[in-house]
Amino acid sequence: MITKRRLVRLKNILMLLLLFVMTGCSKNYIVLDPKGPVGHAELRLIILSTILIAIVCVPVILLMLYIVYRYRDTPDNNAPYAPNWESSRLLEIIWWGVPIIIVAILGYHTTKGIYGLVKPPTTDKTPITIQVTSLDWKWLFQYPDQNIATVNHVRIPTGVPVQFVLTSDAPMNSFWVPQLGGQEYTMPGMAMRLWLQADHPGKYFGTGANFSGEGFAHMRFPVIAESQADFNQWVKKVKKTAPPMTQSEYEAIKNPGLIDQRTYSSYPPNSFVETLMKNGHHHTERRNENHDVPSTGTP
Amino acid sequence: MQTQHFFIVGDPLILGADISIILVSAAIIFVLTYFKKWGWLWREWLTTVDHKKIGIMYFISALLMLFRGGVDALLMRLQLMFPNMNLLESEHYNEIFTTHGTIMILFMAMPLIFAMFNIAVPLQIGARDVAYPFLNAVSFWLFFFGALLLNLSFVIGGSPNASWWGYPPLSELTFNPGPGENFYILSIQISGIGSIATGINFLITILKMRAPGMRLMDMPLFTWSVLSSCIVIIAAFPVLTVALFLLFMDRFAGAHFFTMTHGGDPMMYVNLFWMWGHPEVYIVVLPAFGIFSEVVSVFSKKVIFGYTSMVVSLLLISVYAYFTWVHHFFTMGAGADVNTFFSISTMLIAIPTGVKVFNWLLTMYRGRIRMTEPMLWTLGFIVCFVVGGATGVMLSVAPADYQYHNSYFVVAHFHNVLIGGTVFGMFAGMTYWWPKIFGFKLNPTLGKWAFWLWNIGFYVCFMPQYALGFMGMTRRIYTYPDDMGWTPYNVVSTIGAFIMALGFVFQVWQIVYSAKRMDRDVTGDPWDGHTLEWSTTSPAPYYNFAVIPKVEGRDAFWKEKKKRSQPDYKPEKRELKPIHFPKNSGIPFIMGVCFFIAGFGLTFHWVWLGVIGLIGVAATLYARSFQYDTEYVIPVEEIKKTEAALGRDI
Ligand code: HEM
Ligand SMILES: [Cu+2]
Ligand SMILES: [Cu+2]
Repeated sequence: MITKRRLVRLKNILMLLLLFVMTGCSKNYIVLDPKGPVGHAELRLIILSTILIAIVCVPVILLMLYIVYRYRDTPDNNAPYAPNWESSRLLEIIWWGVPIIIVAILGYHTTKGIYGLVKPPTTDKTPITIQVTSLDWKWLFQYPDQNIATVNHVRIPTGVPVQFVLTSDAPMNSFWVPQLGGQEYTMPGMAMRLWLQADHPGKYFGTGANFSGEGFAHMRFPVIAESQADFNQWVKKVKKTAPPMTQSEYEAIKNPGLIDQRTYSSYPPNSFVETLMKNGHHHTERRNENHDVPSTGTP
Repeated sequence: MQTQHFFIVGDPLILGADISIILVSAAIIFVLTYFKKWGWLWREWLTTVDHKKIGIMYFISALLMLFRGGVDALLMRLQLMFPNMNLLESEHYNEIFTTHGTIMILFMAMPLIFAMFNIAVPLQIGARDVAYPFLNAVSFWLFFFGALLLNLSFVIGGSPNASWWGYPPLSELTFNPGPGENFYILSIQISGIGSIATGINFLITILKMRAPGMRLMDMPLFTWSVLSSCIVIIAAFPVLTVALFLLFMDRFAGAHFFTMTHGGDPMMYVNLFWMWGHPEVYIVVLPAFGIFSEVVSVFSKKVIFGYTSMVVSLLLISVYAYFTWVHHFFTMGAGADVNTFFSISTMLIAIPTGVKVFNWLLTMYRGRIRMTEPMLWTLGFIVCFVVGGATGVMLSVAPADYQYHNSYFVVAHFHNVLIGGTVFGMFAGMTYWWPKIFGFKLNPTLGKWAFWLWNIGFYVCFMPQYALGFMGMTRRIYTYPDDMGWTPYNVVSTIGAFIMALGFVFQVWQIVYSAKRMDRDVTGDPWDGHTLEWSTTSPAPYYNFAVIPKVEGRDAFWKEKKKRSQPDYKPEKRELKPIHFPKNSGIPFIMGVCFFIAGFGLTFHWVWLGVIGLIGVAATLYARSFQYDTEYVIPVEEIKKTEAALGRDI
């Protein structure tokens, strides 16, 4: 009697736990719920690689369970016993062959994916550039074409490829917007590129991903995607209503600490490149796709 | 350095640590004095050059470090259990995850594999000791005092807090002026010298000291795995030494190796670190592969399947290990060509690893599988490692890694392979060789409890973390708000960590209980083993083998036993000869102390103390160089007496 009641109680607890874990399931898996072409390309590779490895791994685990059961060491077990059986050309060819084929398939798609990431996700729209600087412990966004700046929040138009040019005026960090697709390191004195694009309006989670000290855990920022018209509207409003960012204001922001979101109608010209230069950017080196001097985009 | 920065005060956790360190030290000193054991400690342990005793000391230190790293882990898991917890503040959490990672890799996993090297390799190849017994003791004491230095940082000066990677510029003076990073650099440097020496020592031991008749392709697979691990150590550790030395120069002497200004480059450090860091994971997992190969074959009562493929895959892995390091920073802008190369090379390394798994399965196939504890750990490993390997291949897909990188997906993955591979592997080795080292078996019931708790705890703790990765939770955050739906997964994960901790408690209980209650192993061969270590007594006499065994082919002892059971078997006459044996020496210990003094001095920029320590190091080297009388002869009489006392007649 007691055991039965216990079992029921155990079942209830388990059900509760399950419910607890499942609540709000799918919408929280933001990496699996991309909102733009880059995120989609990455998701396809995540799914492909999961399937390919499952083809090998699931049978291996099942086979192991079967073998352990079938060849257990009990007196009445009459399964065959071959203590000196030590090689089989055929089986070994299969063991080496199957993984090689899987790696070939995965390698092919991976390579395609890698070269895709360094290009703008769509080519029929002119991209916009946003310069990103990670600071202790906040994010500064500068729009060279609009000449506005924001801190700890960023707005982008939908359907337009966005070229984020990344640097740091503090320790390294990493700029990550899961639903738009991936991350890239921000490093002092270096300018990195990350192409992202949002196809649907919305508010997306962005965060610093590489540990940068005391306030690191608080370095989150919303990315707000909205139609080009709304975006233009917003830029206009910012230009009219927000205060300008002066050099001294920049220095104040740069001081280690946490601050709220801010918006500026302008910033000191060339300040992004100056940040780069001040931190030791060397003009001539690293002129490949990911590592180069950004267009200054003087307004 | 002001005193309030020197002794860390004001934090209850650290105060507790202070008090317990003082109490434990006082208790140890009291016990040693009361039972008049100082002489014993010095003669039997601190000055020993016996590989078996050094192995035991590595083992005990590694378990202590597992405990320390484990307490760190539990504290972190508690802090992350709920959103906005206030158990640890940011700086404290940062110190804890940094020391947890550093300790687990360098001061837990490394000594644990070295324990197994020392305990098993000479016995397996029929040798009386390692090639350089004195150097072996030096290695141990350098590890020991390196570990002590790092652990001291918790109560004196402050712990490192720039993660176990220590990337500049975060680890440079500008952002990290305190002594913490110096503790990190110098403790790893000191123990790193020891690790390189161990790599050389065991490589030479394996190449030069095998019993007559044992060809390379006759060696037990554990010995092969140690050989490949040593190759990796010798090639990889110097890179870390250089990287940390340059970082130290930046911090200590105002150099600019890793600052962008003045022509340095932090990415250089990142590359150097992972040129060591990736091979390092193979250093600690290859010996585990070796242990599994031994265990699977013995407990399936079969020879290993595909011996040649096993050897080839070990060697392939130890070469490939150098060509994958960039997968730790695909998102650092190396360019598409570089990323493609390292993506593919990382996938390729999965192939020999996969082949090993298949061969273990086929070794069990058509065998008779005994579910002993070492075997359980091996099966637990296979499942865990298959999952960890699978997620490893997922991570090697560079564009997908743009999403996994720095997230909890990665945390789950590397614990999958480090716990499932190295830790389970060393537990398999520990339970397998335990009777050989200590002369009694471990209680299997308690061991099975430990096994199941560790395994269940593992999945409960780390599977939710894969999910957290997909939910955008980044690693190394000390707190999070409740708006992302991460909470339930973190609750479950923390519960899992405590289940594993319970498993650890069972292991300690098992050891204490077995020491008191379990029967002595009088056969020397409790598992019906295949290799030479089972041919001598348990524990092995200090000279290992009264007569060096002659070897014909693989599984030498198994064959020997079969021969002996033939009706017409006539035992060969074995002739005892006096044995040349290395003398104990106090120099390695003293050298360790001197290194410690130097490291401590340099950590606080007390150059005078650093110089005193280094002079001490030079003095010990000098003293050793002019010691000519380093061996003695064990007479035949003494061997006879020892063998008789162990119940073997000659
Ligand atoms: C026994 C159970 C263990 C638990 C519950 C555990 C838990 C954790 C936690 C909570 C973190 C910090 C994650 C973060 O804040 O980003 C961490 C990091 C880490 N752990 Fe463990 N851990 C365990 C065992 C191990 C073992 C056995 C090893 C290695 C052999 C290991 C190696 C590491 C490393 C290298 C890091 C990264 C540290 C860093 O980010 O700098 N852990 N672990
Ligand atoms: Cu860079
Ligand atoms: Cu790696």
